[in-house]
Amino acid sequence: MTIALYIFAAASLAVSAMKSREKTILALKKAWKAFENILPQFFSILIIIGIMLATFTPRQISGLLGQESGFTGLLIAAMIGSITLIPGFVAFPLAAALLQSGAGYMQIAAFVSTLMMVGIVTLPLEIGYFGKKAAIARNAAAFFFSLALALVMGVAM
Amino acid sequence: MKPQIRNQLKRYRFFLMLAAVNLAILAFFPETGRKSVTITGSNLLEMLSVIPPIFILLGLLDVWVKRETMIKYMGEGSGIIGVLLAFFIGSAAAGPLYAAFPVAIALLRKGSKLSNVFIMLGAWSTTKIPLVLFEASALGLKFMLLRLGMNILGIAVIAYFTEQVLSKEEKELICQKASLS
Repeated sequence: MTIALYIFAAASLAVSAMKSREKTILALKKAWKAFENILPQFFSILIIIGIMLATFTPRQISGLLGQESGFTGLLIAAMIGSITLIPGFVAFPLAAALLQSGAGYMQIAAFVSTLMMVGIVTLPLEIGYFGKKAAIARNAAAFFFSLALALVMGVAM
Repeated sequence: MKPQIRNQLKRYRFFLMLAAVNLAILAFFPETGRKSVTITGSNLLEMLSVIPPIFILLGLLDVWVKRETMIKYMGEGSGIIGVLLAFFIGSAAAGPLYAAFPVAIALLRKGSKLSNVFIMLGAWSTTKIPLVLFEASALGLKFMLLRLGMNILGIAVIAYFTEQVLSKEEKELICQKASLS
């Protein structure tokens, strides 16, 4: 998918350059400015994730999320998912490994869902773009939706 | 110190603090410290690999797509087309959710409806096509399909809720801020 994105961006850039050099240069300048704007937050987020993932091991996490952990385990899973920020291609194998080492489906669904939809670490960044109210409302709604989703998954799987 | 440099230092203040914390961990708990540096490094590479095309496309969108066009397809009165387009943009994207925020702002600046922008954010966070495929292979087709079905509904509900929470003034403020950036 990333490769497709590169091809698409390169093709768009080529078409743009053929139509107007000035506009293309302006577009690249704008691209750089938008990127440079969020660079400090990006770097900070990366370090926070690094420290967190280095501190907690998958075995520690799956100990908390066993099938018998019930509602407490569900809440813990949702909170871990909300705080941590793990790229999807790491998260799904991790979730599969946690399931194999004894975690429950309900807890894993809550973890996966909050991981992707709720972002506590990135909240300051989100507030910067959308304001406090919108950012908190979106994250809170996503959190409760994830709990509901997990309950359904726990029954259905 | 030149004001320009001082300004940059201020922007990177929090990052420098965290880097110092990481160095301290490295000094006192070498094993944890090394691990965290490795993880940060690989995440940085991942981020740098997906971000350039996203921002180039953003720049091109900014320069070439007319405001009227965006309003027509994603603005007020764009109806189901706007919703589907928002779903598609979010699902076809790559990169973490925080890479979606600048995209959201660019759409807003060009005149997209706020609720459509929230739908794009929702899709970006959880129905990205490559991730969905990967989820099926790691956790099984049933797990993936169940979650996808609920997510499509959930994204719409979350977008609707987020928009309802905001007053008219607050929505205008967000759009105003977007047009300034």
